Amino acid sequence: MADLTSNFVGITSPNPFWLASAPPTDKEYNVRRAFEAGWGGVVWKTLGSEGPPVVNVNGPRYGVIHGADRRVLGLNNIELITDRDLYQNLDEIKRVKADYPDHAIVVSLMVPCEEEAWKAILPLVEETGADGIELNFGCPHGMAERGMGSAVGQVPEYIEMVTRWCKQYYSKPVIVKLTPNITDIRKPAAAAMRGGADAVSLINTINSIVSVDLDAMAPEPTIDGKGTHGGYCGPAVKPIAMNMVAEIARTPETSNLPISGIGGITTWRDAAEYMALGCGNVQVCTAAMTYGFKIVQEMKSGLSQWMDEKGYASIDAFKGMAVPNVTDWQYLNLNYVTKASINQDDCISCGRCFAACEDTSHQAIIMSEDRVFTVNDAECVACNLCVEVCPVEDCITMVEQAPGTVDERTQKVVVKEHGDWTTHPNNPSAVAAE
Amino acid sequence: MGNSVSTTGIVSGRKDKQALAESFKDLHAPLSDHEALVASDRCYFCHDAPCVTACPTSIDIPLFIRQIATGTPEASAKTIFEQNILGGMCARVCPTETLCEQVCVREVAEGKPVEIGRLQRYATDRLMAAGTHPFERAAPTGKTVGIVGAGPAGLACAHKLAVLGYDVTIYEARRKGGGLNEFGIAAYKSVDDFAQKELEWLLSVGGITIEYGKTVGEDISLVSLREDFDAVFFGMGLAGVNALSCEGEELDSVINAVDFISDIRQAADLSQLAVGRHVVVIGGGMTAVDVAVQSKLLGAQDVALVYRRDKDSMSASLFEQDLATSKGVRIIYNAQPVRVLSEGPALSVEFAYTETNGGKLTKTGETFRLDADQVFKAIGQSLTGAPEALTLQGGKIKVDENGRTNVPKVWAGGDCATGGDDLTVTAVAEGRDAAIDIHTTLLG
Repeated sequence: MADLTSNFVGITSPNPFWLASAPPTDKEYNVRRAFEAGWGGVVWKTLGSEGPPVVNVNGPRYGVIHGADRRVLGLNNIELITDRDLYQNLDEIKRVKADYPDHAIVVSLMVPCEEEAWKAILPLVEETGADGIELNFGCPHGMAERGMGSAVGQVPEYIEMVTRWCKQYYSKPVIVKLTPNITDIRKPAAAAMRGGADAVSLINTINSIVSVDLDAMAPEPTIDGKGTHGGYCGPAVKPIAMNMVAEIARTPETSNLPISGIGGITTWRDAAEYMALGCGNVQVCTAAMTYGFKIVQEMKSGLSQWMDEKGYASIDAFKGMAVPNVTDWQYLNLNYVTKASINQDDCISCGRCFAACEDTSHQAIIMSEDRVFTVNDAECVACNLCVEVCPVEDCITMVEQAPGTVDERTQKVVVKEHGDWTTHPNNPSAVAAE
Repeated sequence: MGNSVSTTGIVSGRKDKQALAESFKDLHAPLSDHEALVASDRCYFCHDAPCVTACPTSIDIPLFIRQIATGTPEASAKTIFEQNILGGMCARVCPTETLCEQVCVREVAEGKPVEIGRLQRYATDRLMAAGTHPFERAAPTGKTVGIVGAGPAGLACAHKLAVLGYDVTIYEARRKGGGLNEFGIAAYKSVDDFAQKELEWLLSVGGITIEYGKTVGEDISLVSLREDFDAVFFGMGLAGVNALSCEGEELDSVINAVDFISDIRQAADLSQLAVGRHVVVIGGGMTAVDVAVQSKLLGAQDVALVYRRDKDSMSASLFEQDLATSKGVRIIYNAQPVRVLSEGPALSVEFAYTETNGGKLTKTGETFRLDADQVFKAIGQSLTGAPEALTLQGGKIKVDENGRTNVPKVWAGGDCATGGDDLTVTAVAEGRDAAIDIHTTLLG
């Protein structure tokens, strides 16, 4: 049996599945239910400074992009940080941590960008016995208007400064949660590292308008006729998040910075992909908000089964294994030639490959009068569009052309050697092949 | 005490009204909004889709399903009605299992087609419920067309011509329009008086007048029609019933299935309709299934449907056969009637077993008898009352690919004419296409 126990920057938990700082972790009741359901850890919903708590809207705070059968593909929210009293939260954190010493509790924080504010709250958090803190530099709605959340996360100098304060006034691990609402994720990650962060977590939500009510002519969710941009999350954001994770993981400067992966993780496979890209653990929110806490059972059993099948004894055994294979386009092997191949036994003759290729690509699929579809290798550029639009999985596959054979499209012999853009004759800046 | 399934003879009220209402409810419940979205999402939007090719009216099925999926069932309905103005009825009565759904790539791949028929009903119901008509008439052509028969062929022809700017008069022998949609389809396929509602909705386009109770050869003639109109279309259907040609056929309780189906459809109160305790149906088409199933639903204790050939030869689809057996009808294949015997008020039908040798149906020599209070003949309908000037072929009015008869300016389509299966959808296609050819001929 694979060992799922997790040690993330010194914070241990029975498994690598944490609930992200969000509505599911807003209070003791939910967090206890989460631990009982099997979650390894939680990042407690963001606390703010002492004083009157923030208030939330009293109309709808979520909007969703639905797939077929109302599958939740993307979730948008305009909820702010906790709207409960600071001390009530702190008391609850302390109680739950005492009852669940083996589970991870990290406290998310967002206070004004002033040293005094951080200096005031950090000892209070330290006193709860929580395992660490996560700095919310990510929320793009509401709090950003008050100079917090993503307003901080978008300025690397602020990230570095606040992280340094936290390391100064708090003894346990400091995780910096990054906003994706920037142009280059490597900059804030490096800033966090310079400030002494133990880890980064990403992504926070993406600024978004999820839909427009065409009757009310207003963004949704709509509050009394008006809407505002909210934070987008759920399965739809996973590709964006994974690219950002990979950029941090493969950049030499930040390659040793631990990463907690967040963004659309719904199944064990999503989690494994994040980990393969270098994440030490993962955080989940939308999947839990859609299906309830029980889904963690599938994540654990699935990851465990897959690790057993692959022979990975622990998460560290495969963590980051895909990172060396993330590269720049210029290093992709241009001598690697594949052609689409249609398995006629599996083909159901829907013609989608034909329509896609004929109308929008390279006219490389031939349709016979009796609806048999075949690939014309002389036109196929191996774009993969037919593979992706085919409704039958694995009916169309890309077959590698063996070195020594002739590519019918280019009439050139396929060579075994690697050849990329850096050495390509069409590249004005090409360097001589070694 | 009232009657029950085991009451001897031919009696009414074998079931109470509530049980009858349950028995005769919609065969396929309408899709809810969400069900329609889920069902529409299964369509692959095939290129040059096989379902469209299989549809006699060539409805752009992938397009109308996509329009449902995007929340515009009204636009979807317009896509359907552009090809088939009786798309609402066809959604209910088409044997989709042998047409569009049979060739759906998901039927081929998974044995579970996209539910095209039910989706079509969803879209057409939505638009018709809104009480609007999606087509406007073109500027008047000043020309007129006379149509015989207000069934699917005549109505489709009339509607297309009305839209093209013609003034149309339909002569209908019965007191109600709709043809087989009104009189010839099982009640559970067209509930809530749908055929009449559809007729009214179709006529709301304007320019169509129906004169009821007008029969060719009695009230009107080919000569008068040709004099009165610029073009004439015959969509008179098949009013005759084929004979069993066996001893005892003339007995009182040997009944034409089409008449009984019509009685059921026209009945204000099904509990007043009498049906036998033991019922025998002779035939193998949709009419045979419709009468057998409905006899059972009315409360007949046992219903035998006897067909002279084997299961695969039966013109009623496998779906229809399964429907019949699921309702408790016993289907006996390879048997043909020899004679009907009278035994007091009751009957007994003697059948001979058959087999097919080298494509030829022969009797095996073995016989058996079935007791029956009622025997329904459902071995096909035949053309009666066609004007003599029209050339017939195989017992039907001979038409070319455009629906033209041998007489100039006279077209025909639907069951009364040659070509195509005797289906509502085929009749619609033929009526529509004849209208287009009439237009081309008169103004082309």
